[in-house]
Amino acid sequence: MGLWKPDPSFYPSPRDAMKAPQEELAYVVAFNPDQDNRPDALAVVDTQKGEIVGWTKMPYVGDELHHFGWAACSSALCPYAPHPHIERRHLVIPGIRSSRLYIIDVKADPIHPKIIKVIEAEEIVKKTGYTRPHTVHCGPDGIYISALGDKRGKGPGGIFILDHSTFEIVGKWERDRGPQYLHYDFWWHLGLDTLISSEWGTPDMVEDGLNPEHLLGGRYGKRLHLWDLRSRRHLQALETNEHEQMVLELRPAHDPQKAYGFAGVVINNQDLSGSIWLWCRENEKWTMKKVIHIPAEPADPDQLPPILKGFKSVPPLITDINLSLDDRFLYVSCWGTGEVRQYDVSQPATPKLTATVRLGGIANRTPHPKGGMLGGGPQMIEVSRDGRRVFFTNSLYASWDDQFYPDGIQGWMVKLDADPTGGLILDPEFFIDFSDHQYRAHQIRLAGGDASSDSYWFS
Amino acid sequence: MSTWLMVALMGAFHGINPGMGWLFAVALGLQDKRRRSLFRALPPLALGHGVALFLCLMIYSMSQLLISQDVIRWLAGVTLVAFGIILLIRRQHPRWVGMRVGFWDLSLWSFIMAMAHGAGLMLIPVFLIGQNHATMHESHGEAAMFFNWWDYLSGVFLHTGVFLLVTTGIAWVVYRYVGVKFLRTSWFNLDLIWAIALIISGVLALVM
Repeated sequence: MGLWKPDPSFYPSPRDAMKAPQEELAYVVAFNPDQDNRPDALAVVDTQKGEIVGWTKMPYVGDELHHFGWAACSSALCPYAPHPHIERRHLVIPGIRSSRLYIIDVKADPIHPKIIKVIEAEEIVKKTGYTRPHTVHCGPDGIYISALGDKRGKGPGGIFILDHSTFEIVGKWERDRGPQYLHYDFWWHLGLDTLISSEWGTPDMVEDGLNPEHLLGGRYGKRLHLWDLRSRRHLQALETNEHEQMVLELRPAHDPQKAYGFAGVVINNQDLSGSIWLWCRENEKWTMKKVIHIPAEPADPDQLPPILKGFKSVPPLITDINLSLDDRFLYVSCWGTGEVRQYDVSQPATPKLTATVRLGGIANRTPHPKGGMLGGGPQMIEVSRDGRRVFFTNSLYASWDDQFYPDGIQGWMVKLDADPTGGLILDPEFFIDFSDHQYRAHQIRLAGGDASSDSYWFS
Repeated sequence: MSTWLMVALMGAFHGINPGMGWLFAVALGLQDKRRRSLFRALPPLALGHGVALFLCLMIYSMSQLLISQDVIRWLAGVTLVAFGIILLIRRQHPRWVGMRVGFWDLSLWSFIMAMAHGAGLMLIPVFLIGQNHATMHESHGEAAMFFNWWDYLSGVFLHTGVFLLVTTGIAWVVYRYVGVKFLRTSWFNLDLIWAIALIISGVLALVM
């Protein structure tokens, strides 16, 4: 039956959403890196005090909670299927290792979220053919969830749909996948009926860590795919080049009238650099080009893990990016070098570096005033709706953490204050130590929505 | 209240609902940054709505030739109540439509929306009641159909005309003056009212 008025956290346009009240809580998935009997958990963070105020433990062990999202968001203001009287109250949290899905209610008691439904891997694979669920986006006609592969740990990976009122699996999304095989992230240009997906690797290429043979052989994902949202058919594939691999996070412009977006590419197998690519549409055709190049940094081999010793340098490893709601600032996580970069992308083809903050890093281990010397580096990054606060955590993926940070990663979450005209300052007081609870932290979702949670229909 | 006034008011009620098309027209205009896109969406929206209505009334009037008025009354009443309850509990969203739509896409969308929301069905009790009044005034004997084909057709045009007028008016005011921001605070759950309206008209058909 729903609410009498639209959920107040739904906004017609990103511009309106920027005026949203400041978030008070953040939901952060915490996974147990030790092979013991403790399950993963959802941590509730008070973003004003900078401390964990609640925990919800999963009922099973070994999920590896990773990415997650809301079951409902501003996309409910869809002009052709409006349903804005549903509530933003459920988080959909996949376990990337267990392939299980949790539906969690955070509205009944925001500090103590409650699991209301568990969808088992067997059901997902039976109804969709997919495993390793990853990105979650609330779409106009259901909840879209990407998945990395199939039951055998091979491809193709793809997208499946969950009904947003019953949380029943509707089925596989694609009708014609064309040449697409590898999968990772996806998002869309709702105003153009276009979905974009990216490529990492099949589960057997990534689950045991980065495979140097695949990397040198150029077998990790290099392409970005464009799809027709209406017919669910593959339209076009865009490729980086033979060396730049692992096209991960996709950040289309939030403004539905703008036909461009940014893709983070983890590594170049020649010089270990990372890059950001801009896709855009010109004359009905999509093209892609490199707009940001971040070089590897030379380092003493003694400071490097075995996988990097021979290179005598640290790759930036661009593992996450995020775009402010006004499409003005792009935040780039360099997990290897331990750096967050802020670029002014108001001219998308010519980004300008406006600020950088260093924390952790494979060789640098830049300390935090409150946390001391840090392991891991800026990784999952989230920006508040008003664009003034940037939160991030430091763990990538259990097996990759061990490869690049063999001394182990102490899980932490920190905060930066962003100047609306450009500039970043580390909040010296905000340091949440997840290792106190023997957890590592991954994706952050801000209560009410953030810069990667909602899709908008109006400019 | 006269049947025709009810038919017209129902047209306005359907037009007010953002789910019946005015919001879609506004969005298309804003997306293209052209008022032409808004106005171009209106005729197919009316066409789809009108055809759905026509279909419902055609089935209704044909069934009048085959089965008794009482059976129709019961059938319509039960269907309307059931429809209202289903809409209260569960809603599905079209998966094939998008923002780059042409005349026939929009017509089909509007037709499906009207059918799926029981827009045409809602009008049957209005005619049933009108018919009832008419037959009451007649002396017993061959109580002919009060409404002939021409009446139904006029009803469709009247309803759709008012629907188009209201849709156009709201779409233009929102597009040109108000902006979509007001949706956040003023968008009452019309789907809820709609479902209740279906149930009420079903009950009316049953008890009259």
